[in-house]
Amino acid sequence: MKYRALLALAAGGSLLAGCTASAADTNSASATAPIQSSKPARTAFPSTYRAYPSVPTAITGVTIYDGEGGRIDRGTVFMAGGKISSIGGPETAIPADTTIIDGTGKFVTPGIIDVHSHLGDYPTPSVAAHDDGNEATSPVTPEVWAEHSVWPQDPGFSRAMANGGITALQILPGSANLFGGRSVTLKNVPSRTVQGMKFPGAPYGMKMACGENPKRVYGSRNRMPSTRMGNLALNRQTWIDAQDYRDKRKAGKSQKRDLGKETLAGVLDGDILVHNHCYRADELAQIIDMSKEFGYKVTAFHHAVESYKIADMLAEEGICSAVWADWWGFKMEAYDAIPENAALLQKAGACVIIHSDDENQIQRLNQEAAKALADGRAMGIEISDAQAIRWITLNPAKAMGIDAMTGSLNPGKMADLVLWNDNPLSVYARPEKVWIDGALMFDSADPNRRPVSDFELGQPGEGDVK
Amino acid sequence: MKRFSLLLASAAALIAAPVAAQTTAITGGKLVIGDGSAPIEGGTVLIRNDRVVAAGANISIPADARRIDASGKWVTPGIFAGFSRIGLVEVGAVSQTNDMNASRSPFSAALDVQYAINPFASAVAVNRAAGVTRAVVSPSTSDSIFGGFGAIADLGQDEYPITRARAFQFVELGETGHRRAGGSRSASHIHFRALLEEARTYARNPSAFDSDLLKASDAKALLPVINGSTKLLIHVESANDILKVLGLRKDFPALKMVLVGANEGWRVADHIAAAGVPVLASALADLPYGFEDLASTQSNIGRMKDAGVKVAIGMINDRDAHQLRYSVQYAGNLVALNKVPRATGLSWDEAFAAISSGPAEIMDMGGQLGSLKAGRQADVVIWTGDPLELSTQVEKVIIDGVDQSLSNRQMRLRDRYANPAPGALPKAYDR
Repeated sequence: MKYRALLALAAGGSLLAGCTASAADTNSASATAPIQSSKPARTAFPSTYRAYPSVPTAITGVTIYDGEGGRIDRGTVFMAGGKISSIGGPETAIPADTTIIDGTGKFVTPGIIDVHSHLGDYPTPSVAAHDDGNEATSPVTPEVWAEHSVWPQDPGFSRAMANGGITALQILPGSANLFGGRSVTLKNVPSRTVQGMKFPGAPYGMKMACGENPKRVYGSRNRMPSTRMGNLALNRQTWIDAQDYRDKRKAGKSQKRDLGKETLAGVLDGDILVHNHCYRADELAQIIDMSKEFGYKVTAFHHAVESYKIADMLAEEGICSAVWADWWGFKMEAYDAIPENAALLQKAGACVIIHSDDENQIQRLNQEAAKALADGRAMGIEISDAQAIRWITLNPAKAMGIDAMTGSLNPGKMADLVLWNDNPLSVYARPEKVWIDGALMFDSADPNRRPVSDFELGQPGEGDVK
Repeated sequence: MKRFSLLLASAAALIAAPVAAQTTAITGGKLVIGDGSAPIEGGTVLIRNDRVVAAGANISIPADARRIDASGKWVTPGIFAGFSRIGLVEVGAVSQTNDMNASRSPFSAALDVQYAINPFASAVAVNRAAGVTRAVVSPSTSDSIFGGFGAIADLGQDEYPITRARAFQFVELGETGHRRAGGSRSASHIHFRALLEEARTYARNPSAFDSDLLKASDAKALLPVINGSTKLLIHVESANDILKVLGLRKDFPALKMVLVGANEGWRVADHIAAAGVPVLASALADLPYGFEDLASTQSNIGRMKDAGVKVAIGMINDRDAHQLRYSVQYAGNLVALNKVPRATGLSWDEAFAAISSGPAEIMDMGGQLGSLKAGRQADVVIWTGDPLELSTQVEKVIIDGVDQSLSNRQMRLRDRYANPAPGALPKAYDR
């Protein structure tokens, strides 16, 4: 009874909204004392993902990029119980009763991770009925959650796995709004529900957008923001209100739950990571100043095509740039994009991530990293192959707050990995097998290890290699 | 018209770069002719003025020839982008710089990209530096199913981009055509037939022409389409739309059709092959983008090729104004499919032909463009390695026999910010 009373207070509106807490959640709620009057006590929409069955497997004689910038030739990677057990050279011990895969001439990388995807929120077929990525009805919508838009049947998920080796990805709301809402991080497994894909233990992100998109969307409706100064004014006022909410929450004062401010307070508390769509160097610097004014940190700038102009500043601030290899010219704020952006950031010691924002290029993040690497080398910047792999493995994992669990082939981490039939930095390479938590989820040689979404079942092209 | 343009281009080149008025031999490289034949180790390309004189092994080199040593490198024809909007757009979302379509123009089929292609567009320089030397340049549509006349263009750094003006007419007959025509394929097909009938009416008596559907200039523009002297590039994706388009031949027997896109082409590949209709296909489309291409697969091109379809790579609506440099990556990906069980790719030689001689032949210009055979326009690229590989860089580009600058504003920005901190003066003083 005492629990219940506490919960009612702590959960506020969540009980009113018809939710009931499970025993496990109640336990975790009790651990969050002292009372925070508006911080929800139970996990909403908890992950129901469970690793699929696996067998102890060793890949031998293979070239390994470990995701942290290391490379092992003629290496062995051994996984058991869904985890990476060991990784090393030819001397690595392999226990009995292990499935052994001869990886001679092939390559292993951690599962590829895309920090910026809209799969599920903008699924194919791209019909208006599927247009669920932007809650473009107000420039400030931190209350929306991308996971509530994700359609798990999007055929794009399986293409990303089969062609791109994608094992985890962050689905972000679109960029129409200054505050677009919460992101969700998914394991790239087919599921009936989004909860069945949710990456256990992944923190939430919050999407923000600067620049052209918010001012265009709302300016065209003759409402604020219609300018970049309008963007910043509305941003700052929103943060002022969020600070007030968060201060009351910290002081234990009673206040009605506010979904949007819960997200914003989560950012100010450092629990929710900021993923800020922002292109131009001058605007990146303004956003950094704003984050300092309000005491939060930008985790990553996305689409930061001009990061190279302030690479030193970004290195100093410890902010990642999630960039394309070479997109440019599609709008004014993408006009100064250059293919050497990633390499110049790397040279300056800043955090580099190659992202897709695209249902096609998510199938080729390895190739995009390879292009960015080649363009850097062409201007004399020395970056190793293994380092470029890190741009699509450990660095995005870090920006998504899941680097302790995945993103590199460290023993104890999730056995999320890809066996490539050639060097993944070559255009001629494709995933041969993909494991997620040690479970073999894709095998190019086995038609039965190629998921077919409900949407594609019974349609022309069902089960094709794609 | 074409010959006139070529002559002009050559004349300008002579003035701009006198080095072209001589013979050049590129020797020692791995030579790709571009016609689907295997590369030749240590081959030579001999160029005189704007033409290829000879290419292959054991080519005798005149004593006075300029020699370029390409040992350890690859030498190929320039990349021919099979479908693009290059030069029609500077910044996509800045409407003043976007000449792809004309949504408020009263004209449709009469629109003509030769007046819009800007040889100084930054995308031209960027793609030239990546080895793209020629392109099919198409308008897109706005209020009509017809977009207007497209052209064949070069990406040379002179002021004459047009290789062949009015090389084709562009029409939408899939989902986009359905939308343009008023909301159904019944509408787009009746629209197509009605406009062509109106054009015939115009042809019978131009001075008396008075139509509610078609302006005289648009009717005139459709006449060469009807009689087959101008190609008709038709954008369709679905198997059903492809079959319906092939059926148009019954009523318009002279149409010289080329299919563009054709994501479901593999499903009706036998029909396409039997009709002898070539295809400029998207290379890596593999998702059901709409209900018109549920069966999209990267094996599409390989399967069509195996069925006997003449097919090359185009990139309709796929960053087609800025990223023609993806052509080589796309071709490489089709080669990669050969190692994927149950997928159908292209051999390396076929893949390179799909971005060189393939588009040229489909546009009936294989005799002048797209390969390093004697008599062709001298578009030559020297690469540090396999041109389809991601790590390869372009070392030299020659268009119409003229050495091209590889500089562009992306490189200038790169160099300015190679070290981002300003020096004694702000970056704006750093050129």
